[in-house]
Amino acid sequence: MNGFGWQGWWSPWRRLREMEREMNRLFGSSTAPVGSAFPPVNVHTDGDGATITAELPGVETEDLDISVRDRTLVLRGERKAPELGGDHKWLRHERTFGQFARSVDLPFAVDTESVDASYQDGVLKVQLQRSDADKPRKITIKS
Amino acid sequence: MAETKDIQKKQETQMQHGVEPTRAGRLFTPPTDICETNDCILLTADMPGVRPDGVNVMLENNVLTVRGAVADEHSDESGAAYAEYEVGDYERSFSLSEKIDADNIEARMNNGVLTLTLPKTRPSHRQIEVKTG
Repeated sequence: MNGFGWQGWWSPWRRLREMEREMNRLFGSSTAPVGSAFPPVNVHTDGDGATITAELPGVETEDLDISVRDRTLVLRGERKAPELGGDHKWLRHERTFGQFARSVDLPFAVDTESVDASYQDGVLKVQLQRSDADKPRKITIKS
Repeated sequence: MAETKDIQKKQETQMQHGVEPTRAGRLFTPPTDICETNDCILLTADMPGVRPDGVNVMLENNVLTVRGAVADEHSDESGAAYAEYEVGDYERSFSLSEKIDADNIEARMNNGVLTLTLPKTRPSHRQIEVKTG
């Protein structure tokens, strides 16, 4: 993936997501998820880092692109529809396919050297460490 | 840049009155695709967090029931700083109108997606020879 370029701060999708978030904040209940964003993510944080999990059933790892920059994790990829040959008739069609891109804002800057990602049973897990420069430093007062 | 839109929130399974699940926790209805070909019915269900050994498929009186127990390593989603999805087991039943060859049902679990191939029983075609005289 080639850097960030135009997908930076003024990206229309980012604006859209910000608006969506704002709308949710104003009108939604506190328990409502951010909405229709795919994949849905959960974030666990502690003092040293964060673990982000995402439900991505049926995605091949080669179709998944993860990148980190400063305080943002970007998940990008494609959930490919299975190829069905010959004669077939849909009786039920509830699963969705296509490309997705999501960014997750983190409460700290990430040490980009120590990002660990695994994918198992359709769940993606990304472990991020807080960068040393971002960690709070205790200041000693000289007497 | 196309984005997948309108992914529905996980739907919780409504249990019949008086029926309770044996495992504590949430129970969800997996989003499912069903497709019919000439000789089989293909069923695909999204059950992220379920390992192959956590899947249970049953066919009884033309009712197909699919269950998935979420693996322990994916079940600890309590205390998330920010949460968009909940974790739980999956269950869903389908009534089948076609006659299915129950002995030859194939089930495959890959990356949290269950694929069932249900072969239809072939009606026995027998040509009756008409004799003259």
